[in-house]
Amino acid sequence: MSDMRELYQEVILDHNKQPRNCYVMDCANRSADGHNPLCGDTVKVYLRIEDGVIEEISFQGAGCAICTASTSLMTESVTGKSVEDAKGLFDEFHDMLTGVAEEQGLELGKLQVFEGVREYPVRVKCATLAWHTLNAAMNSENEKVTTE
Amino acid sequence: MTGKVPGTELRSCAKSSTSREGSGGAQLRNSVPGTSRKLDVNQIRADFPALHQEAHGRPLVYLDNAATTQKPRQVINAVTHFYEHDCANVHRGVHLLSQRATVAYESARTKIKSHLGAADSREIVFTRGTTEAVNLVASSFVRPRIKPGDEILITGMEHHSNIVPWQMLCEATGAVLKVVPITDTGELELDRYAELLSDRTRIVGVVHVSNALGTVNPVKEMIEMAHARGIPVLVDGAQAVPHGAVNVRDLDCDFYAFSGHKAYGPTGIGALYGKREHLLEMPPYQGGGDMILSVSWDETLYAEPPHRFEAGTPNIEGAIGLAAALDYLENLGPDAVAAHEAELLDAATAAVLAVPGIRLIGAAKHRAGALSFVMDGVHPHDIGTILDSEGVAIRAGHHCAQPVMQRFNISATVRASFGVYNTMDEVQRLAEGLHKVKEVFG
Repeated sequence: MSDMRELYQEVILDHNKQPRNCYVMDCANRSADGHNPLCGDTVKVYLRIEDGVIEEISFQGAGCAICTASTSLMTESVTGKSVEDAKGLFDEFHDMLTGVAEEQGLELGKLQVFEGVREYPVRVKCATLAWHTLNAAMNSENEKVTTE
Repeated sequence: MTGKVPGTELRSCAKSSTSREGSGGAQLRNSVPGTSRKLDVNQIRADFPALHQEAHGRPLVYLDNAATTQKPRQVINAVTHFYEHDCANVHRGVHLLSQRATVAYESARTKIKSHLGAADSREIVFTRGTTEAVNLVASSFVRPRIKPGDEILITGMEHHSNIVPWQMLCEATGAVLKVVPITDTGELELDRYAELLSDRTRIVGVVHVSNALGTVNPVKEMIEMAHARGIPVLVDGAQAVPHGAVNVRDLDCDFYAFSGHKAYGPTGIGALYGKREHLLEMPPYQGGGDMILSVSWDETLYAEPPHRFEAGTPNIEGAIGLAAALDYLENLGPDAVAAHEAELLDAATAAVLAVPGIRLIGAAKHRAGALSFVMDGVHPHDIGTILDSEGVAIRAGHHCAQPVMQRFNISATVRASFGVYNTMDEVQRLAEGLHKVKEVFG
């Protein structure tokens, strides 16, 4: 049970219940669809990028608590960041979840609540779906990515 | 190279002394009062090595039997015995081991014949599983006789394995896929089925027991209705064979497909029952060794069914393991198995519904094997992880039946599915796990 509290921390439960930046963005200049074939969950990420900076980000969809909270927290973390910095953050987040980076977490901040997901390999994709989708949106317009 | 191996029929008759063929069971039953002896579940559990382990520090509760079952010692031993004593290729060797392998392989075919109540072991084709069996029927039976505008009728309750091969066939031939809708309780709309059977319907494909909902479909009645219009029927029995008696002659189905691994046998082996008259008409499915009479540059002659449909060296140990699994089920008694699992399913249904916020997906009157549900505000995947942390293995997802999920406007369900070795205590552990989910998610 204590393990479960470690995985489902209050921040995650909160963002799952009340996701931030969850809306369709009319003025988006980039977007991408993400799909997790394992569970059928889908997420659409909208971006308004100006001069290489993420001015606005929103999403629709998502699924389980890990996926929804990760998407919500991601939108908070990358708002105002340059595309380059957002990609760096994704790398760091990914490394934390796959166990590559030990004791780093330099800039992860709130995103560190997902550290517990590392212990649940099948759920790592739930936490990274939004980030893969963000990456696709940043790279080109209207891509569809999957976690496979 | 082809045809029957002399002596296999005799040998398998002796082997199948525990067969309950002719016990009259055609429809899958939840229980048959008075005819079932009770299962000795403790004894059964002792046969399954994998059950005796901990998962995350708790005794394992395995409730993912609809995905695959654990294997009894008897099956493991049969496979091991083959590799330790009889390992050779089949149908072609003059040496002792090859003869033993061939006899064991063909005896397995005869075991499947008797288990399904078929008349002739030449009506049993070994496949990799249900999926390959459906693909075989689509390619070799339906495709040669279908024209643009013809119809294939399946149901909204099918597993992807009984949807996608037909979609592919329709795409290739211009045929049209028709689908029998599902009611809110998870039953087929038989009135609509009757209306959808048309002069252009070339085959009906229907699942015997739904993997996603647990619904037992009235396949015998549906076959009668189709036959009244001269339409052949393929039954997907993947979730039926593990849970009770099936008799293909009583059903009068044209084809019946199932997988070994969902019935306590190995993965990668399954079978297709096909009426002899159909199999004789059908061209080969794949070409290669073992499916031919002779090969030359001028002319290649194909073997008779069933070997015509078994190109290449088959899954010999799989067939042997599957026969051992069916022996195991027959020794327990299909009716006793059905009665035991019906008790578990009833108890689990009550226990799950006692948890606030839970809604069953599929509440058909006649169910077997599986219980599907959702919980308000909690995604099935999160339920799956929390139950797993309690040592309870269930399936969370769309169960390879996404159209069923779409029908109920959900993306996934939690599915608990039962087998011969599950107990009432394990049902209790499932219920306790669901209460933990409520605690975590508040």
